[in-house]
Amino acid sequence: MRNWFGQWQFHPMSCQSGENCFTEKRIKIDVFANWGVKLAAFCYVGLTEKNNSDKTSRTEAFGRMREMKTIMRRKLTKYAAPLLIMLMMVMLSGCSTDMMVLDPKGPVGSDQRDLIYIVTILCAIVMVPVILLTAWIVWRYRDTKDNKSKYMPTWSHSALAETIWWGIPIIIIGVIAVFTVKYTYALEPSKPLESDKEPLVIEATSLDWKWLFTYPEQNIATVNYLYIPEDRPVEFHLTSDAPMNSFWIPQLGGQIYTMSGMSMKLNLQADEPGVYYGSGANFSGEHFADMRFEVTATSEDEFTKWVDSIKAVPDALTLEGYEKLAEPASSPVQSFNSFPEGLYDKIVNKYVIDKPAHQHGE
Amino acid sequence: MANSVSHKAEQHGHDHGHHHHDLESLKTFGFWIFLMTDVIIFGTLFAVYAVLRNNTAGGPTPEELFKMPGVIAETFILLTSSFTSGLAVLAMHAGKRNQLIGWLAVTFVLGAAFITLEVTEFIDMVHEGATIATSGFLSGFFTLVGTHGLHVSIGLIWMIGLMIQLRRRGITNVTKRKVEVLSLYWHFLDVVWIFVLTVVYLMGVM
Amino acid sequence: MWGNLESFSDFFVTGDPMILGAQVSIALAMIAIVFVLTVFKKWGWLWREWLTTVDHKRVGIMYIIASILMLFRGGVDALLMRLQLAMPDSEFLHAEHYNQIFTTHGVIMILFMAMPLMFGLFNIAVPLQIGARDVAYPFLNALSFWLFFFGAMLFNVSFIIGGSPDAGWLAYPPLSELSHSAGVGQNFYIWGIQISGIGSLATGINFVVTILKMRAPGMKLMKMPMFTWSVLSSCLMILFAFPILTVTLALLFLDRYLGAHFFTLDAGGNPMMYINLIWMWGHPEVYIVVVPAFGIFSEVVATFSRKKLFGYSSMVFAMISIAVMSFFTWAHHFFTMGSGADVNAFFAVSTMIIAIPTGVKIFNWLFTMFRGRIRFTTPMLWTIAFIPCFIVGGMTGVMLSVAPADFQFHNSYFLIAHFHQVLIGGVAFGYFAGLYYWWPKMFGFALHEGLGKWAFWFWNIGFYVCFMPQYFLGLDGMTRRLYTYDFDMGWGPLNMVSTVGGFLMGIGFLFQVWQIAHSIKFHKRDTTGDHWDGRTLEWSIPSPAPLYNFATDPQVQDVDDWWETKQKLAKGEKLPPKPALAPIHMPKNSAIPFIMSICWFGAGFGFVWDWLWMAIPSVIGIAACMIARSFTYDDDYYIPVDEIKRTEEAAAALKGATV
Repeated sequence: MRNWFGQWQFHPMSCQSGENCFTEKRIKIDVFANWGVKLAAFCYVGLTEKNNSDKTSRTEAFGRMREMKTIMRRKLTKYAAPLLIMLMMVMLSGCSTDMMVLDPKGPVGSDQRDLIYIVTILCAIVMVPVILLTAWIVWRYRDTKDNKSKYMPTWSHSALAETIWWGIPIIIIGVIAVFTVKYTYALEPSKPLESDKEPLVIEATSLDWKWLFTYPEQNIATVNYLYIPEDRPVEFHLTSDAPMNSFWIPQLGGQIYTMSGMSMKLNLQADEPGVYYGSGANFSGEHFADMRFEVTATSEDEFTKWVDSIKAVPDALTLEGYEKLAEPASSPVQSFNSFPEGLYDKIVNKYVIDKPAHQHGE
Repeated sequence: MANSVSHKAEQHGHDHGHHHHDLESLKTFGFWIFLMTDVIIFGTLFAVYAVLRNNTAGGPTPEELFKMPGVIAETFILLTSSFTSGLAVLAMHAGKRNQLIGWLAVTFVLGAAFITLEVTEFIDMVHEGATIATSGFLSGFFTLVGTHGLHVSIGLIWMIGLMIQLRRRGITNVTKRKVEVLSLYWHFLDVVWIFVLTVVYLMGVM
Repeated sequence: MWGNLESFSDFFVTGDPMILGAQVSIALAMIAIVFVLTVFKKWGWLWREWLTTVDHKRVGIMYIIASILMLFRGGVDALLMRLQLAMPDSEFLHAEHYNQIFTTHGVIMILFMAMPLMFGLFNIAVPLQIGARDVAYPFLNALSFWLFFFGAMLFNVSFIIGGSPDAGWLAYPPLSELSHSAGVGQNFYIWGIQISGIGSLATGINFVVTILKMRAPGMKLMKMPMFTWSVLSSCLMILFAFPILTVTLALLFLDRYLGAHFFTLDAGGNPMMYINLIWMWGHPEVYIVVVPAFGIFSEVVATFSRKKLFGYSSMVFAMISIAVMSFFTWAHHFFTMGSGADVNAFFAVSTMIIAIPTGVKIFNWLFTMFRGRIRFTTPMLWTIAFIPCFIVGGMTGVMLSVAPADFQFHNSYFLIAHFHQVLIGGVAFGYFAGLYYWWPKMFGFALHEGLGKWAFWFWNIGFYVCFMPQYFLGLDGMTRRLYTYDFDMGWGPLNMVSTVGGFLMGIGFLFQVWQIAHSIKFHKRDTTGDHWDGRTLEWSIPSPAPLYNFATDPQVQDVDDWWETKQKLAKGEKLPPKPALAPIHMPKNSAIPFIMSICWFGAGFGFVWDWLWMAIPSVIGIAACMIARSFTYDDDYYIPVDEIKRTEEAAAALKGATV
């Protein structure tokens, strides 16, 4: 468990390489600064070029570009660098911590984290220079008496420039779209995970305001906590006997809705033992905040031991017991040595629509 | 532009007749756009009906529920009323006020007959135990068909008001625009009904 | 007669000290208003000049006043939530109360703050920008306002009467169905939004017709000011999106009222259909509010860079394509519904595509500033602050649109941070810029710049302090709509930071209130009518604009017509002579919009409580108002030439006195 200030401690010490941490950051800043300078200079020259098309003034323009570069580099170190350091601190605080989504413990979560990083970097390639460019333009063309920069009040069109900035987002979005489509099919939640082990099936039902987990193969049931074996795929079947909710274990992978009358599949796997946080992610009423559960991943042996221990608890879940459990209220953690056969299918079928209405009762 | 309006504005000279003419065509244009939003309302209701069509939940199915003779009668009545509202517009363009009011009255009677038949149909269904609360299918059915019926009923009230205005004021730029807009609305409801007939009734019993 | 009421506390919300305080202060405020109006004999003035007006400028001002009040209410909601979340295991609010507050916060901010502020700016600026005397249908315009107003009042009244809705701002069933929300709160939600939504739809029609049909001679579509373009595309979206909302809410009401089965769990209802329908409206809705903000930025950036807007046709094309694409992305709000990879891939890509025209717009704004001369006035400050804010918000938007990654972002604080970043950074900043920009045109004096800059910095710094931590909270698994969390989760510090940021924004709002009060008290009359050295037609007439706006129809030649005119004047060129004055045709005031909207309120209130004795007469009242309107033929008049002459001469004298 983390302590109150746990989140703050990583800032200075989060780099793996220890002492070199700060220099690393400096290098990154320089890279960014260079990027900014190049882009700004490129734009400057590109745009000037149109107005000075003959060759002599072109060389002149390159001369000016070099000049600009020096001036801008000086200005950047003065103004942009401190800002960048702040930005980087924020970024790093996000990247190198134990934040659940960025600290996955299973193959699905890892793929999703990779995808998040890829998209972030692809976006940042455009976004960061544009932000720098904004700062530069705003500074450069401020309305002061002694501002000697160019003023062209009617210049409002450039086919070349506009082609460039229709082109840049199209390319970036194109690349991201390719990644997205590829990953969308690869990470389709209902797709079984690749493994030489048989997946463990767990049926999860969201109730008002608690989670019921039934293990059909083991014939045991729990409320608000889960045990799973590590390094073995788990196939969750999800439904709801209450307003829609969403089943989410951030460190294992993304969420899927639990909806009444439907059974959704979500395949996850824990690569190492540990206790992972899970919750209902979709608002479902008054005590929605109580819909949390802990997922304990253990070795296969310990999992079997745990199953046996649950088999030994005195209480069984009966149909009446289920009705009672389904009533709107929060619930503590509970365990049941068995549950009625086909309970999950019954819950799903309760809402399947092409059945006579009177069977539902009121 | 000068044939306008028994209106105190006229004393300002004939330039203003032009304004009024503009104003009326502006209103007709706006009404077209309103009808477009109405198309989306009906479109959404049709989509909802299509989603819920098979969710009879043990209640009556379309085959059991719909009595086609009544529906076909309704269809013919409404189509005829659309025709008579067209005749009303023709009479208006010919400048025949009484004929115009007469055709509007015929349209009104036909529209009222349509509504009576539809309400009777609904009452019969409710007596057979098929209410809006019976199943998803029936919720969709009553809402879609009922919304059309509500539109027709509003059109009827509108028609009465317009007939009174025509009697009082005769055919002016303003009443002309009103008749045109009403007839537009009426034809629109006719088209919607063709879709109701096809999607709800014919596809329901087939 | 009172049907479902068994005790006093079924009607009035009792037992909560905070709500009691609110009830008392509302009662006191109302007494105070009545008292002031009576003592100063202002009832007639209020009735003649405001309640029955059909003048677009006054309607706009009323929209803006109402939206600022709603901003206060929604902001208090926000701060209450932030207080509750500042510490783990906090017991400041209990679950039910918290759920109500986030529901009303969302509804109010989008529907009763952003929408009316936007409509207010439409009303103020569009007819003046296109050289028109009023909107196409002034009567309908007044009706739209009063429908919005009474819809908003109906929604807000649930705070003290009957209890607020608590099923989230989009009220997903079955949670919002009778089975799970038995109280009247959801009914208030349905009727409040329904009534004001009808008003929004009418505004949409009104402005589409106004822009298409009422432009000054010579103003071709491609010579319209960019704000007018943005209004056109926003209103076109309204036309397609709002009917869906109307139907969806009506169906939800039928479920609750007549026991229908559209979205119920049993008897063949389909809750997922509601989620689809509401987002088919809801997604375009966010573009409806943000596109006009883009228009405002375009005006402001050109004016304060003293330079023509860069890439006009690109901007128009980008805006229209955003409007079209916005209707093909709704399912990205529920990638996690498990619709399969095909559906998710389609909606992921369609969502990303919107980033392309949006990015182009950013570049165009940047290059409007490039080689301009930038004046750092308050409207421009908001615009400059918007750019980086929207870039980051857009970037996280693209991240959210990546379907498999969205499985990890969905319903978390990452999402919350994202949409607040685009809605505050885009919409609120934009509307503030517009409000500061057009304020002199509305009232004839500008807002105090110094106080405005304080407000700006508090808002901006507060914004980042509030919402940047929320991205990280989301990545750390904190889900939205949690009313409390455990100490062990470690979410405490970042939440505390976020709360501090929220209060900084609150201080920013107070500065704005102070700024307005200060500027009214020490107001410095703007005699030029062109306070900012503007570019478009609205700056060519006196501030505030005379009743008839333009004494003679302006003849438009260029995109920045007023700017070009000033250039010609500076060069000593002679302008073509103005046509002779003629009487101006104006609509008469009408009480019908106000009365009809009260009837709507009555009908809504009656249906909320299932009091047919109230609902049925109200519906009849609505019908009577419509009939009365249809029988009204004497609804216009002419302003005679000598009155126009007098007004114009007075304005010219005012201008001359200071030059």
